[in-house]
Amino acid sequence: MIYAALADRIRGNKPTVLLTVIDGPNTGSTLLVSPDQRRFPTLGTLGDEELDRVAARDALGELEAGRTSVRSYGPSGQVTPEDLVDTPTVRVFVESFSPPPQMIIFGAVDFTAALARVAKVLGYYVTVCDAREMFATKRRFPMADEVVVTWPMPVLAERGPDLGARDAVCILTHDPKFDVPAIQGALATSVGYIGVMGSRKTHAKRLERLAEVGITKPTDLARLMSPIGLDIGSRTPEETAISICAEIIGKRVGRDVPSLANTCGPIHR
Amino acid sequence: MREVLDDIDRWRAQNKRIALARVIDIDGSGPRDPGAAMAVNEDGEVCGSVSGGCVEGAVVTEALEILNSSSSGRIVKFGYSDDEAFAVGLTCGGVVHLFIQPLNW
Repeated sequence: MIYAALADRIRGNKPTVLLTVIDGPNTGSTLLVSPDQRRFPTLGTLGDEELDRVAARDALGELEAGRTSVRSYGPSGQVTPEDLVDTPTVRVFVESFSPPPQMIIFGAVDFTAALARVAKVLGYYVTVCDAREMFATKRRFPMADEVVVTWPMPVLAERGPDLGARDAVCILTHDPKFDVPAIQGALATSVGYIGVMGSRKTHAKRLERLAEVGITKPTDLARLMSPIGLDIGSRTPEETAISICAEIIGKRVGRDVPSLANTCGPIHR
Repeated sequence: MREVLDDIDRWRAQNKRIALARVIDIDGSGPRDPGAAMAVNEDGEVCGSVSGGCVEGAVVTEALEILNSSSSGRIVKFGYSDDEAFAVGLTCGGVVHLFIQPLNW
């Protein structure tokens, strides 16, 4: 019953955390917890009501942080060292199932298909957005989870509040009508990665246009990875997609990667 | 876990007994993070993976043993040295800790 509920939640991309006793009394017992207690109350037990309560509370914190870890308790959920003297330890494996990270790609260009494909391999929920009905079709982007025909603002107004550190916005259109509002909208969210395609010249011109709409704060401009991707000499859409995704990974984990945004010289040599 | 759901559902529909192995911890370098899962059914069929292919064979042996005993699950450790519980190792030199249990919940 717990497995069936877990499978259901994972497939539905609903945040869930599974607790399993891996050592101590009641080894093998499980508890399934969701942040939405009203619609999905906790299922199962680790063998002690108080342990269930304390471990579930901690597990929701782990879920929030997207962490999977092992935590230790006393048989009734004791956590302070003096309460744990002379009691067996219950070790609990806390496994977080967060919804997949999102990637929103603005611009239905040939680079978009390659980027959507690589992003799918990495487990992203991919949305392609372009205002031109002729280009933004599911037939051109069968690998995308969603293809929406609209301007950037409505998409970012709707999805923006859900975007966080694990998510990415990639702006591949070179059209100022489209990329300026996309950048504005993305900067208003907490999205972890904003990449903007274009040559160094395009980037310089874009900065002028951004200034015209009041985007001049260095902290905002520093969030823009532009030109998008790593300086690995990629040429094809597929190679560019790899360089973008590698940059996203590097930024997420805080590594010092050779981003084009931080290097100079020609992108293609 | 996501990648093993379809096979597990199929096996459950066939009333097969199933063991679930999950990476719970990694010391040093390891190919898969905690949460990586692999399932083994009573016929020895496998889905998912818990390493880069280094220890899966030994996991099957261990999983079948758990299915054929009264165990409710145990922690199994695979390391790089020969004096570990099993003479299989991770070529990357890390130690992977697995929890293997019957999927009877």
